[in-house]
Amino acid sequence: MPDVELIQEKAALMRRDIVEMIAEARSGHPGGSLSSADIVACLYFGGVLRHDPSNPTWPERDRFILSKGHAAPVLYAALAEAGYFGRDHLGTLRKLGSLLQGHPDSKKTPGVEVSTGSLGQGLSISCGLAAGLGSNPGDDRQVFCLMGDGELQEGQVWEAAMFASHHGLSNLVAIVDDNGLQIDGACSEVMCLGQIAQKFAAFGWHSIEVDGHDVSAVCDAFADARSHDAGPVVIVARTQKGKGVSFMEGNAGWHGKAPSADETARALEELSTVERSAS
Amino acid sequence: MSKATREAFGDALVELAREGVDVVAVEADLSKSTTTAKLADAFPERFFNVGIAEQNMIDVAAGLAVSGKVAFTGSFAVFATGRAYDQVRNTVCYSLLDVKLAPTHSGVTVGPDGGSHQMLEDLALMRVLPGMTVLVPADYNAAKAALRVAALTPGPFYIRLGRVGAPEVYPEGFEFEVGRAHVLREGTDVTLAACGIEVSEALKAAEALALEGISAEVIDVATVKPIDVDTLVKSVSKTGRIVTCEEHSVLGGMGSAVSEVLSEACPVFTRRVGVADTFGTSGEPAELMEHFGLTASHIAAAARELLG
Repeated sequence: MPDVELIQEKAALMRRDIVEMIAEARSGHPGGSLSSADIVACLYFGGVLRHDPSNPTWPERDRFILSKGHAAPVLYAALAEAGYFGRDHLGTLRKLGSLLQGHPDSKKTPGVEVSTGSLGQGLSISCGLAAGLGSNPGDDRQVFCLMGDGELQEGQVWEAAMFASHHGLSNLVAIVDDNGLQIDGACSEVMCLGQIAQKFAAFGWHSIEVDGHDVSAVCDAFADARSHDAGPVVIVARTQKGKGVSFMEGNAGWHGKAPSADETARALEELSTVERSAS
Repeated sequence: MSKATREAFGDALVELAREGVDVVAVEADLSKSTTTAKLADAFPERFFNVGIAEQNMIDVAAGLAVSGKVAFTGSFAVFATGRAYDQVRNTVCYSLLDVKLAPTHSGVTVGPDGGSHQMLEDLALMRVLPGMTVLVPADYNAAKAALRVAALTPGPFYIRLGRVGAPEVYPEGFEFEVGRAHVLREGTDVTLAACGIEVSEALKAAEALALEGISAEVIDVATVKPIDVDTLVKSVSKTGRIVTCEEHSVLGGMGSAVSEVLSEACPVFTRRVGVADTFGTSGEPAELMEHFGLTASHIAAAARELLG
């Protein structure tokens, strides 16, 4: 059973780190980082993703691909919290010479499997990865791919969706961070995505819909996904952009903007309900 | 013998798989044309057809490479480089993955399919990408060797293959050395630097020039990136002039690459034989070579002009 309290605590710590590192960098994408914090916390701290921070290239590990690469801060927060690199690196986000590039760079950051940032590519990469890993009989390594909902407007996502079901990639789990917002506003107004879960189902996927901030439900969805052995699974996680910071929640304006000093202080105050443990 | 360089694609893949190299091929519905169907027939588990979806082709190959495979991609040059450029740039090259693009049907010798399918800008697109190695083999044997060396060398590769038969330049078993240009004929009056199907045209041009008492040195610039500056400088130091010959736009391709390095290392008078800044058109390959000024007689004329 996943330790719900632990996951929630980690997610809260990650949210603080996300706000602090973007504030320090003076640029970045808080909205979609905060909306996916609970999902990523479930993966890294809920026993979902098999990984070894002391050995980032452990061959038996599951793979996590952050297709929505602009949410790099949520990944960096999780990797630092898990111990892939020292927390001191978080303050270097987006700065010259940093391990932590504006978007994930696998050449620089331990724990980043492949570079992302140009939207719509992660699911294709994950398909190839799942096909490659799954070519070994009895191999149960899983590939997790986190996408944004706006990202699904990229046609390549649906090329990949076809590929995954055609090849019966049962070791592939896609997660959609369905926060309903993109840079120019509501996805429904910019370019309506319609029924996401049904769309994937029509492409031959097993679709699960879940509250993306209910970590217990998210962990259950991941457990369902692992037990599903008849093709790829998508978890459509309904989330709120900017979750955890009241003035960012549900506001497309916080897609790619750093908070001011005052806003940072207010955000951290709201997020301070979970104290960092001394360790 | 005059086998197409594309024929080497499937043959090399099957050979590599038989030798135990962990190769896979990702194709976009053109396996018979590109000859990746040979791998599909011999090793079906190593072949992935994505359908008509070139962007997915490149990134599925990227994922296979991340899983530890040596991933080749097929399709035609125009689609693999143009339609999927962002995938090649931001995923394959930016992550420095073992993805080897070996699209076929480059240049005007695609023939009747016309300008939409005759890729003349691929070298320009590929050689500006950091981390990308760009090879343009002259014949079947060189193509097979280029594909082999790409499979066995880490990192992204672009291997430019053609549709029509290319006259044999190299013997069977030729070993391709990345970064090395080959002096195929020594001369003292003018350097003819060629790649791909133009290598045999340059050799013919050198024969014709010899009859007129002009001594042409012929260099196969089989690696466009990293380009062999030393061999080029050594040659033009002797000849003092160079004609570049490629079945590609004169903008951004091998001729541009040669001009860039020689302008810094050893500036000499240069003529670029290639397709002028224009699209291709329908016609038979031989007619198009003539129409776009790519034959031995055009190369010889350019050499004479430089010597004039």
